[in-house]
Amino acid sequence: MADPVNAQRFEKLVLPHMNSAFNVARWLTHNDQDAQDVVQEAYLRAFRFFGGFRGEDARAWLLSIVRNTFYTWHQQNRGHAADTTEFEEDMHSLETSTAEHDDSPEAMLIRSQSQKRVHKALQSLRLEYREVVVLRELEELSYKEIAAIVGIPMGTVMSRLGRGRQQLAALLAPTDQEA
Amino acid sequence: MDHEQSFELLPGYIDQELSLSEALEFERHLSGCEECQRAYQEQRQVSVQLRQAHLRVEAPAELVKRIKAALPGRRSLWQRLGDRFGQWSGGGSLGWAPVGAMVMSVVALSWSAGLYFSVPSSETRLTQELVDNHIRSLQFNHLSDVISTDKHTVKPWFNGKLDYTPPVVDLAQQGYPLVGGRLDYLNGRSVAVMVYRYKLHPINLYVWPGSDAGATPHIYEQQGYHLAHWSAAGMNYWAITDAGDNELNNFIVDLRAHAAS
Repeated sequence: MADPVNAQRFEKLVLPHMNSAFNVARWLTHNDQDAQDVVQEAYLRAFRFFGGFRGEDARAWLLSIVRNTFYTWHQQNRGHAADTTEFEEDMHSLETSTAEHDDSPEAMLIRSQSQKRVHKALQSLRLEYREVVVLRELEELSYKEIAAIVGIPMGTVMSRLGRGRQQLAALLAPTDQEA
Repeated sequence: MDHEQSFELLPGYIDQELSLSEALEFERHLSGCEECQRAYQEQRQVSVQLRQAHLRVEAPAELVKRIKAALPGRRSLWQRLGDRFGQWSGGGSLGWAPVGAMVMSVVALSWSAGLYFSVPSSETRLTQELVDNHIRSLQFNHLSDVISTDKHTVKPWFNGKLDYTPPVVDLAQQGYPLVGGRLDYLNGRSVAVMVYRYKLHPINLYVWPGSDAGATPHIYEQQGYHLAHWSAAGMNYWAITDAGDNELNNFIVDLRAHAAS
């Protein structure tokens, strides 16, 4: 497996997408340390499976591995990890489910109040909507790429994006107390 | 196209993922449907807000470092030599004498090949332990307990953690920057580990008191890793890396030259 040509190709094609991998993992896990673990594991897996990579879109390929790694991790941690309970929380519990994330480094970097609200709203979105929204709006991937990463038809990508955005719109509606 | 169908296509219209005919049909419906117009405005607004909120999180530098260090199958010595040779025969600029490097490597390789066959059996267990320890240090978030490129930070860090003071030298000038240090348990005792780097290859240098070996370093190969063992000034040294044996040998030469001065 230590084929040097392969290793070189891996460094050139897959390593540059670490920011995308971390961003997606961070938004899925809600947590810096867990995201780091997921990304590191994903990279080891990616290297192991790299011989089978034939496509031209290394980023989408890597992100599908990140996503799979996350779901494996998520299933193992579900139930006994207290800080992951917010995953299944429904969208209405915005205040309670996200307040504890405010001390994370990137939360402190969020400058304006409105950015903070958007951040919280996205964080509270259900997993199945959150992942397509992150892939589309933050990673700017096409429906086709998202469909391949998540393993759903393009029509489902579209409907999940629609629902996700609709829920975000409701969360961000100006009826909020903080104004 | 009825309202239901149009409403479903709305996200695709925002993202410009519809075919031309779908987009035209959608626009025809949109112009006369208040509910779709409102939803369109809301969703588009959300999309704009998300993109303006700087929500993308970048990978922390230490993660990038760790992943690069943990990747197995770094380029082999032969591969790098092949590159240099290719550069040279291709008529490119001659950075440094590749022929000399080839000759040196062949010498080093045949010299160390002779040594591979003479690994004493008493050390087999220890070399295996070292290889395992080295691999473990790469796999977990455990390469360094103290991360510093400054020897004046790394050396005091060991104070009070060990009953001896390991020599810590900086070899950044020689192309082997000090990355950090950690405590590890090896050969039945706590040992100091200095972590160096050659390009992207981590080098773990284990040091503990004793003079189990001669002053001349012996280089072994095990599971694709190169190990070297020697003793100097009452300390046992073991160095291990996935870099080539030539690089390891140069590292030891520089290290010994520095420790002696």
